[in-house]
Amino acid sequence: MKLRKNIAVSEAGLLFNPVTGESFSVNPIGIEILNLLREEKTDEQIHSAIMSRYSTDKPTFEKDYQDFIGILKHNNLLESHEETKA
Amino acid sequence: MTKLRYERPVIKKLETGMPNKFGTRTEYQPMTHLDGIAVEKLMKDYGSPLFVISEKTIRKTIQKAKKAFKTRYPRVQFAWSYKTNYLNAICSIFHQEGSWAEVVSGFEYDKAISLGVDGKKIIFNGPEKSEEDLTKAIKNDSLIHIDHLDELYTISELAEKQKARPRVAIRVNMDTGVYPMWDRFGFNYENGQAWDAINKIMHSDNMELVGLHCHIGTFMLAPSAYGIAASKLAELALSVQEKYKHEIKYIDLGGGFASKNTLKGAYLPGSDTNPTFDDFAEVISSALLNSNFKQEKLPMLILETGRALIDEAGYLLGSVISNKRSSTGRRNTILDIGVNILFTSFWYDHKITPAQAFTHYSEDTCIYGPLCMNIDVIRESASLPLLNKDDHVVIHNVGAYNMTQWMQFIALRPNVVLIDMDEKPHVIRLRETLDNMNSMEKVPAHLKKFNV
Ligand SMILES: Cc1ncc(COP(=O)(O)O)c(C=O)c1O
Repeated sequence: MKLRKNIAVSEAGLLFNPVTGESFSVNPIGIEILNLLREEKTDEQIHSAIMSRYSTDKPTFEKDYQDFIGILKHNNLLESHEETKA
Repeated sequence: MTKLRYERPVIKKLETGMPNKFGTRTEYQPMTHLDGIAVEKLMKDYGSPLFVISEKTIRKTIQKAKKAFKTRYPRVQFAWSYKTNYLNAICSIFHQEGSWAEVVSGFEYDKAISLGVDGKKIIFNGPEKSEEDLTKAIKNDSLIHIDHLDELYTISELAEKQKARPRVAIRVNMDTGVYPMWDRFGFNYENGQAWDAINKIMHSDNMELVGLHCHIGTFMLAPSAYGIAASKLAELALSVQEKYKHEIKYIDLGGGFASKNTLKGAYLPGSDTNPTFDDFAEVISSALLNSNFKQEKLPMLILETGRALIDEAGYLLGSVISNKRSSTGRRNTILDIGVNILFTSFWYDHKITPAQAFTHYSEDTCIYGPLCMNIDVIRESASLPLLNKDDHVVIHNVGAYNMTQWMQFIALRPNVVLIDMDEKPHVIRLRETLDNMNSMEKVPAHLKKFNV
C-alpha cells in the first residue's frame, strides 16, 4: 500500500488532495503512519515502528491501523493495486 | 526510553460552512475531578458505572432558587418532588434546606414519613391514593391534593368516619398556551370543572379547602406560561374569597422548570439558553403581586420544582468498552452505561466529557450502551475527543429521574456515591447483588430440579 503521489501532508497535520480539492486533518500518529506509507513500508514495518514509540499493545494497534487504512481507502488516498502495477 | 501516550490514528475530512449535526465541539478540558476527588479514584473504589452526586451543588442550587423567589415574593415554600430523586440522603438534604415533601404515591408518602418528615408538611398529589393512603394522610393532617371527583367523595366519607376535617386542595389544569396541554390530571379551569369541585368542597363541612394546585408541564422553556397559570389560580382564589368569604392559603404552581440539559435536537446547549430561576421567579411573582390580593392576604407560593434542582448535581461515570465502525463507516463507541440506568438519554443530548487528558483531535461518534438492544443509544451523534478502550467518561446533568426510573434489566444497578460538603465520599445506595434479586423470588418445589 502506498499513499498517492501528489498528496501533501503538512507538519501541522493538514492533508490536501489536489485531485479532489478535499482537505483533511490528521493527528500526529496518523502523520507518522502516512509518512511510513509514503516510504512504501510494509504493514509489519509500520507496526513495529509505531509499537516501539507508543505505549499500546499489538491487538489494539492492529485494529486501529486497519480502521485507519479503511478510511484512507474510502477517501481514495491510497493507490490501488492496478495503479501501483502500471 | 519512555513511550508516548497512545492515541488512535485518525483522519477527518474538513467541512467548510455550516455546523453539522454533530454540533460544535465544546469539550476542551477533561473532567479529572468531581468536588476535589479524582474520578479515577472514585471508579477504582466504587466501580464502573457509578452515579456521583454533589451535595455542594444541590445546596447551592436550592439556595439560588430560594433567593430568586424570596427576593421577589414574601411567602415562598419549596416542596421536594420525591419522584425526581427519592434516595433518602438526597431527600434529607432538601429537608435540611427547608423543603417540604411532595409525594405522588403511597410508597413515596411512607418514605417521607419514615425519613421523619412532619405529616403536616407532606403534599400528597397524584391520581392514585388508596383508602389506606388517604386514611393515613388524614390522620397525619397532610395536604391532600384532589385529582378527581371519585377521590373527593372518598375523602369526604373517610373524613366523616375519622371525625376529621382534612386540609385539601384541588389540582387544576388549564390552557397556558403550552402544547400539549396537560389536561388529564385534576379539574379543568376553562370548562368549569374546577369551580364544580370547589363548590362541592365548600358545601361539605368535612373538608377545608386550603390551596389551589397546578402542574402545567415539565422541562418548560417558557416562563410566560407560569405567568398565565399564576394569574388564573389567583383569580380563582379571589373568586372563592368573594363567593364564600373563605381564604385560600396557598397557590402551588407545581414543578416543571427546565434544567440545564439540552433537549434532543436543540441547536444550542441548554446551559446557555434555558431560562434561569430568576426568569421564572420574575414572571410568577409579578403575576401574583399584580393580582387583587390585599398585601397582608397574599397566599403562600408553593413550588414543587424537581429536575431543575437536582439535574446538575448528578454525574454518571462510565468506561469505554470498545470502538467500532458501522457498515457505513460511522464511528461507534460502546460504553458500559446503558439506557437502563440513563433513562433520560431518551430526552436529552447529555454532555459527555472524557475523564483523562486528550488531544484536540476529535471524531464524530455515536455512543451506545452495552444492552443487547437497538434502542440502547446514549448519544446519536457527539463530537468527542478520541477515546480508547478502558478510558473513562463523565456524563453530566443526570441527577433527575434516573435514580428513580432506572430499570434492573440484564445487569445490577450501580453504587450511588454522595460527595459531601467536606469533599468526602459516602455510598448512599449500594450496588445491587444477585442475592438482593433472588431474595424476592420463589421457585415452586416442582421446579427446583432439572437436568440439562
Ligand atoms: C405534581 C408534580 N409536581 C412536581 C413535579 C416535578 O416536575 P419537574 O421535575 O419537571 O420540576 C412533577 C413531575 O412530573 C409532578 O407531576
